[in-house]
Amino acid sequence: MFNKAEEILEVCKLENKSISDIIIEKEIEHLGLTRQQLIEKMRESLEVMKHSATEALEKEVKSVSGLTGGNSKKIEDYKKKGKTLSGDLINSAMAKAFSTSEVNASMGKIVAAPTAGASGILPSAFLSAKEKLNLSDDDLIKGLFTAGGVGEIIAKNATISGAEGGCQAECGSAAAMAAAAIVEMAGGSVEDSFNAASFALTNIMGLVCDPIAGLVEYPCALRNASGVVNALISADMALAKVESLVPFDEVVEAMYKVGKALPESLRETALGGLAATPTGKRCSKKILG
Amino acid sequence: MKDYSVFDILGPIMIGPSSSHTAGAARLARISKEIAGDGFYKVAFMLHGSFAKTYKGHGTDKALVGGILGMDPDDENIKTSLEKAEEKNIDISFEEVDLGYVHPNTVKLIFKYRDKEDFYIIGSSIGGGNIVIVNINGNDVNFTADKPTLFLKYKDRKGVISEVGSIFSTNDFNIASMKVTREKRIATMICELDSTIDDKSIESIKNLKDILYIKSINPIVR
Ligand code: SF4
Repeated sequence: MFNKAEEILEVCKLENKSISDIIIEKEIEHLGLTRQQLIEKMRESLEVMKHSATEALEKEVKSVSGLTGGNSKKIEDYKKKGKTLSGDLINSAMAKAFSTSEVNASMGKIVAAPTAGASGILPSAFLSAKEKLNLSDDDLIKGLFTAGGVGEIIAKNATISGAEGGCQAECGSAAAMAAAAIVEMAGGSVEDSFNAASFALTNIMGLVCDPIAGLVEYPCALRNASGVVNALISADMALAKVESLVPFDEVVEAMYKVGKALPESLRETALGGLAATPTGKRCSKKILG
Repeated sequence: MKDYSVFDILGPIMIGPSSSHTAGAARLARISKEIAGDGFYKVAFMLHGSFAKTYKGHGTDKALVGGILGMDPDDENIKTSLEKAEEKNIDISFEEVDLGYVHPNTVKLIFKYRDKEDFYIIGSSIGGGNIVIVNINGNDVNFTADKPTLFLKYKDRKGVISEVGSIFSTNDFNIASMKVTREKRIATMICELDSTIDDKSIESIKNLKDILYIKSINPIVR
């Protein structure tokens, strides 16, 4: 059992282990499973993630409300033309993040990571890292434990719910989890992983939750796309040995306090931000009556 | 501080779009159906708060109907559950109501049977796919369906609690929590256990004196 990044850092140093090693050991004890059973359980999640992150690339997927859809395919098609500004990796990652978000909004199957709203970030980040770094499924599964461990720290010491802490708590947490895992999978140190997680949260601190019509669609899908990019660049900065001046545990605490300070209108109530714009209200009226 | 598993963070595997409005709704309805029992010809859903306001956009209606048809929160058939209910000749209705001081995501499910009285359950979806059932046929309860649970109704008399307890301990079950409420000399017991209840224990409890109703529910994966 651990509650803080500091504790994980200490154990990792003492026993010369990675974050995933420690989380896997903890889970074996917590759930009473064998190592193999635990790995297979996570493999199920990985398979669902792979599917959701690619399903909407080739075919247009529309949301139940009819408000959004088809953007994953648009970005994928645009990327294929080869004239993007930010390159194949970034565009592909955005398309994959959109894919899961669109599958989610169409009542398809996803893994909440850490929530359904932010479920596009991890699958896309992991598939992007797999391609770029030539990783195996087993590497990704280990990485998912790292991501889960970082998410646990945030859930324990702050929140992963948009209703409580705004979108920084959902898409910010997902990006932090992904960034830390990518760093580990890329061979970075435990310190590097937590630096990456700190950057991801720091970059979007204060991000509000203002879904149009209260539905998990817009701006959610956009924030999943920018969220995966946030994860990738945060990982890169950490691997370049840029250091977070403020340690991860303190960043998490700051995020929580910022979330608490957000007015209720900006915490999933659909009363502020984009939801409260004339267009947002019009969409809401059309869908919900 | 709550003790988490990584699967609480990376999970549930679910049908979108919302863990509280879709996955939690499906789970709530699925458990309610287990408690109420099969054979209903109609289910009326009374939606409260945010459930009432946004159920169409979130597919809460489809998730609830999927649940009463026995679908789990990750079942891709949830998308077409309304059609499935029609095929099975199960009548469905939705109504927006005010259930008073309850969680914003709350629903009252009324199961209607031809051969017995209506059965109703009130429950809330409290986030992340977690649920709590707060009322069964007028009895206040507090039941999260995370653990194997035994429901028991009996004519109130001394000794039932210890008789049930001793059956469980003889068969090596650990009781995690037990709550008994009484109304008009009928007692309702909700007992959560650490491991799945076996048929033998159920049979022994059923054979105790004055038992009116017994039902065991196993947890539904999140
Ligand atoms: S805007 Fe709100 S509902 Fe949408 S992803 Fe962010 S936190 Fe979730």
